[in-house]
Amino acid sequence: MSTQSNRAAARLMVAPSVILLFIWMIVPLAMTLYFSFRLYRLLSPERSGWVGLANYTWFLKSPEFWQAIGNTLALVGGVLVITVVLGILIALLIDQPVKGQGVLRILVIAPFFVMPPVAASIWKNLFMHPQNGLFAAVSRAFGADPILYLENHPMLSVIGIVSWEWLPFATLILLTAMQSLSSEQLEAAEMDGAKPISRFRYIVLPHLTRSITVVILIETIFLLGIFGEIFTTTQGGPGSASTTLPYMIFKQAIAAKDIGRAAAGGIIAVILANIVAIFLMRGIGRNLDA
Amino acid sequence: MGKITLTQVRKSFGETHVIPGIDLNIEHGEFVVFVGPSGCGKSTLLRLIAGLEDISGGKIEIDGTDATDLPPGKRGLAMVFQSYALYPHMSVKKNIAFPLKMAGMDEAAIEAKVQSAAKILNLANYLERKPGQLSGGQRQRVAIGRAIVREPAAFLFDEPLSNLDAALRVTMRQEISELHQKLATTMIYVTHDQVEAMTMADKIVVLNAGRIEQVGAPLELYNHPQNLFVAGFIGSPKMNLITGAEAQKHGCTTLGVRPEYIEVSADGPWQGTIGLAEHLGSDTFLKVDVPGIGMLTVRGSGEMHLHHGNQIRLGPQAGKIYRFGPDGKAL
Ligand SMILES: Nc1ncnc2c1ncn2[C@@H]1O[C@H](COP(=O)(O)OP(=O)(O)O)[C@@H](O)[C@H]1O
Ligand SMILES: [Mg+2]
Repeated sequence: MSTQSNRAAARLMVAPSVILLFIWMIVPLAMTLYFSFRLYRLLSPERSGWVGLANYTWFLKSPEFWQAIGNTLALVGGVLVITVVLGILIALLIDQPVKGQGVLRILVIAPFFVMPPVAASIWKNLFMHPQNGLFAAVSRAFGADPILYLENHPMLSVIGIVSWEWLPFATLILLTAMQSLSSEQLEAAEMDGAKPISRFRYIVLPHLTRSITVVILIETIFLLGIFGEIFTTTQGGPGSASTTLPYMIFKQAIAAKDIGRAAAGGIIAVILANIVAIFLMRGIGRNLDA
Repeated sequence: MGKITLTQVRKSFGETHVIPGIDLNIEHGEFVVFVGPSGCGKSTLLRLIAGLEDISGGKIEIDGTDATDLPPGKRGLAMVFQSYALYPHMSVKKNIAFPLKMAGMDEAAIEAKVQSAAKILNLANYLERKPGQLSGGQRQRVAIGRAIVREPAAFLFDEPLSNLDAALRVTMRQEISELHQKLATTMIYVTHDQVEAMTMADKIVVLNAGRIEQVGAPLELYNHPQNLFVAGFIGSPKMNLITGAEAQKHGCTTLGVRPEYIEVSADGPWQGTIGLAEHLGSDTFLKVDVPGIGMLTVRGSGEMHLHHGNQIRLGPQAGKIYRFGPDGKAL
């Protein structure tokens, strides 16, 4: 694929799929952009027209919006920290030669196969439920009142549930990375007098940086759009204590039936995602270079 | 110091007894080469000495203290791995400094040591590079640099040259030998290449299936192999081993004659046909088919004008034959 004509042919051949993907992306984006400047309420279809930036200013002035941004960032950041740190620890553990290693690994990976609403329902009804939940039973066993997780700590609860879902992913990626570390490097470090903590700090962790970067980037993409878990558990409440940006957009579109505002929210979400992406690529993107 | 004593050292992986029991003395400052065919347990023995494998039985003493249960970092030994095992994310300088940093040495002292090691190994211009930006020979030198800064009691090398091309191997071989002269530290060197063993060693340990076949200076092994295995392994091209009637004539089961001690002359006792003649200029190697004896390798002078199909007479030089009994031991 090095000659001029080869490259031209290659471009020609990938062109159809590139064009298709571009249309696929640009049409919804353009429609969202269009609606975001219009008055478009499903409950009063007779009123319509251009409203300029009104939809955007409504969002920016709403106190709920800034809380939603904060919640979104807290969700993304919290889940990233928990999954990466715990993922490394669990990967270190299941990388050790133990009996039943295969079964153990499948068990660790299993949560990833549970669909988000199902996972959230299980947590809500079997673990966090103030009467029937496992945690409530544990609290009572210690003579304490059950903690009302979803009512008093809604954001922490959501972060916990989502972390549980994404931990296997992080663990799996980090485990494969750990297994690709040559044992001779660890042995060399051992001969150089490095203690286990130093071996982790100077050999294993640097080896993992690229995989940690991949985990952070991929998880961020998905975490920015987390919706099902919130819908199933707290419905964004109490009040708007656990409303994230996607959930706020959902509330505008489906509860308030205001498509114009929801579209404006969607565009703001796109901008937020891009800001996050820029920060990520600036901060850790160079880890991906070979 | 660097005196290492192995007493009845054994190693098994599950049911496989890789090393059934080895006794060995390595004196201070010696260059000892473990040589043997692939899979005979050379690496395993070296790793036992390094402490990277748990010993199944026996005792390892380093400088008079029992090191059998010491972790690798506490034995005062440095190892150069076959794959170099450099730390890819650290610069050359940090790689070499790593053992010193782990030992808690202060920055200034580390810097001085790294600089002096870099000078010895011609690495001064590469200190800021990453291992990935170095050639094979340079990586090898970094690995050696990382070993020498620690001033270990002994260096352990596991086939350090096998990833290099032939020309570089010869140069690095000489560099390691010179390093040994300069540092006068004990070195244990593992290789499957008997040429490396012959050229570098003060003392060669020939291993076969986890057992020591013979220990001795290179020329001692060459001149007085104690058994068939050593006779066949040391020397290149390989010693001709003749069995059957011809051997019985000399009162042994196997008769050994090195290619360089077979003379082509009109009154030689054997007659054969040349199958292959290789003219190297300095030497000529002949493969001669002698009826009743078999294929013999002969090494002659470069001036030999013989070719495929020539009939020649040849025979062993007086006093240069080796006789082995039915158990393979030298008679
Ligand atoms: N970790 C291990 N588990 C099981 N067998 C091993 C292990 N390491 C080495 N062996 C076996 O021990 C024998 C000697 O291996 P090694 O010391 O690497 O040989 P060499 O370095 O002489 O080529 C081989 O037969 C090899 O299969
Ligand atoms: Mg080996």
